[in-house]
Amino acid sequence: MKKLNKTTKSNLITYGMVIVLFVLMQALVSAGQISSLLQGLLVPLCAYIILAVSLNLTVGILGELSLGHAGFMCVGAFTSAFFSKCMAEAIPVSGVRYFLAILIGAACAGICGILIGIPVLRLKGDYLAIVTLAFGEIIKNIVNILFIGRDEAGFHFSTKDTLSLGLSADGEVIVNGPQGITGTPKDSTFAIGVVLILITLFIVLNLIHSRSGRAIMAIRDNRIAAESIGINITKYKLMAFSVSASLAGVAGVIYAHNLATLTAQPKNFGYNMSIMILVFVVLGGIGNIRGSVIAAIVLTLLPELLRGLSDYRMLIYAVVLIVMMLFNWSPKAIAWREQYASKFKRNKKEAA
Amino acid sequence: MKLKKVLCIAMTAAVTAVSMAGCGSGGDQPAGTNEGADTAQEGESDGGSESDAAAGGTFKIGGIGPLTGGAAVYGIAVKNGAELAVKEINEAGGINGAQIEINYQDDEHDAEKAVNAYNTLKDWGAQAILGAVTSAPCVAVGSVSYEDNIFMLTPSGTAVDCVKYDNAFRVCFSDPMQGVESAKYIGEHGLATKVAAIYDSSDVYSTGIYQAFAEEAENQDFEVVAAEAFTSESKSDFSVQLQKAKDAGAELVFLPFYYSEAALVLNQAAGMDFKPVFFGCDGMDGILAVKGFDAALADNLIFLSPFTPTSPDETIQKFVGDYETAYGETPNQFAADAYDGIYAIKAAMEDGNVTPDMSPSDICEALKAAMVNITIDGVTAKNLTWEASGEPSKEPMVVKIANGDYAVVDDDDAAAGGAEAVNNTEAADTADAE
Repeated sequence: MKKLNKTTKSNLITYGMVIVLFVLMQALVSAGQISSLLQGLLVPLCAYIILAVSLNLTVGILGELSLGHAGFMCVGAFTSAFFSKCMAEAIPVSGVRYFLAILIGAACAGICGILIGIPVLRLKGDYLAIVTLAFGEIIKNIVNILFIGRDEAGFHFSTKDTLSLGLSADGEVIVNGPQGITGTPKDSTFAIGVVLILITLFIVLNLIHSRSGRAIMAIRDNRIAAESIGINITKYKLMAFSVSASLAGVAGVIYAHNLATLTAQPKNFGYNMSIMILVFVVLGGIGNIRGSVIAAIVLTLLPELLRGLSDYRMLIYAVVLIVMMLFNWSPKAIAWREQYASKFKRNKKEAA
Repeated sequence: MKLKKVLCIAMTAAVTAVSMAGCGSGGDQPAGTNEGADTAQEGESDGGSESDAAAGGTFKIGGIGPLTGGAAVYGIAVKNGAELAVKEINEAGGINGAQIEINYQDDEHDAEKAVNAYNTLKDWGAQAILGAVTSAPCVAVGSVSYEDNIFMLTPSGTAVDCVKYDNAFRVCFSDPMQGVESAKYIGEHGLATKVAAIYDSSDVYSTGIYQAFAEEAENQDFEVVAAEAFTSESKSDFSVQLQKAKDAGAELVFLPFYYSEAALVLNQAAGMDFKPVFFGCDGMDGILAVKGFDAALADNLIFLSPFTPTSPDETIQKFVGDYETAYGETPNQFAADAYDGIYAIKAAMEDGNVTPDMSPSDICEALKAAMVNITIDGVTAKNLTWEASGEPSKEPMVVKIANGDYAVVDDDDAAAGGAEAVNNTEAADTADAE
């Protein structure tokens, strides 16, 4: 055990942290010692943690700023909710249905990631950020004009309105344009969410520390040098981008199966959400996976725990966000923290 | 080294546990106080005086709506309307002697946040919910409140699915109902034979009404010659949509969206010399208050509305007066819906003989049964009643703008009014031509 190398140990701490939190929350829930507000936040928390970790793969490891992450989440959410709604009667066992929904959501978001990645990853820096932003908006707007209905003759599609679907009398509108999908079965649970977080962490951490991960980081650090030693730039970039996209799709599945209604609005699938996820990543530390997990938890809980302040809630939230950013990342604050940490360590040594 | 890490994790866990437990007990506290109050009441009622027991209690009503963000204007109106009603009821002696306490939570017009707001209210001990204000959050809250069996009355959630479950009722009209009523009114009063519709395809409310309108239009004696959509990103320029409507020879243009955009439409239509009859829905209420809008342009605008602040009715005048004194602005229909909503909850609580010491679930059962019995003389309708499906049963008022003011068109001479409207437009046309 003593011979565990440093990365393994660090990874185990990350897994351990999630598991400990899970056990703790489960214990509190079963003891009834937890407010229903917090209980209701558990599942969204899982979705946000997965989003933050997956975006960190693009931003931190691949080193490309992506502002369209909510778009992939949207793809995962809508495809899986569509599947679950259609199959609600055909597959009555919620576990099986949810498992398939997760696979479908992840696959569709991943495919979208590849399709978008091929043209977009030819750009870099600010240009890539703007193009991904545009992509996220396109996804949201397409979902908003999409009408899909089902009757005994099969599926009907339209981009105009429900009337032009031409449904028979007992037909059912499944995707209703801006009204989205209502009545998705609520299959998301905290336990499944935590398992998905662990799987996400496993995929991302193993990718980072694998041969491919080192190639991806080499591209980030110096593209020309990486190319000169024979690393296939397009392949590795696309790999990181599509894995990141499909994990965002998984987060979308959790999100969609937690609420009875799913609509694509700027607030939940537009650039607001993309920026929000980026804030998680930046606050937690770019390239720091464990930091993303913690930042996602803190920033999701914060506005809810501030509800007591009523009218000043969003103001205080913004102020706290600025203060936390400064405390975490301003060079002076880092120097100050290090100074105190070393003093603390010295004291300990002297005491020993 | 390893021990240190383990210790570190354990410490973190301990700290989290303490803070979470803190939250937990914080949430439980109101429940604990309630229990205390319950026992106290039981003690009192043993003494024999029941009214004393009721007088000691407080009903907790939770409100959910957007107080920040783009839809905040609706949420704030609902909050104000509800608080005004609560104040009046409390001053008049409460519900069977029990006071009402209202706690209004922000949902940012987001389904997920609305569920968080709902859970906050549940922790607080809410016994009935007035909300949510907007449709998508309302559907999300509806499904969780159904699981918990907490009574819910939405003042303004218009989507069909808002009242899907039996614990949910609404004060406003549903989207399809407005669409159908509009189409019927236009058809039955022969306002036009060629109708164009412009709607916001990115908005739930607007598309909901338009879809029902288009379906009903097939049964009516007019033809929809143009249906043009816009989105929330492109709601400043309507010239393309208006030009298409004009080219199609529309005599009436149906505008199922809010007054702020409608003001632009009227302005731009006047600019291109297109003068059909304009017909709107309840979102049109408030158009005369738009800053910089020439009220003359809105002359002969007809819309369906549950509430008109200028109505001579005594209840409405009192409500409008009180609201203006309290908040310094004229109430819109959202405030009116919320005001009636609180009175409906009061009436249902009285009818169901609900007491503050009952559990939210028992109160929900009692209120569900009572809702179909009560009749409200409210500000949004006279003789307002509810069906078990959750839909209100009330007649929409038809409002026509004349000489820069709202005027209610009585149903009896509505046909004449409608015909007049067409004549007026023609008169205006000829006047312009001259």
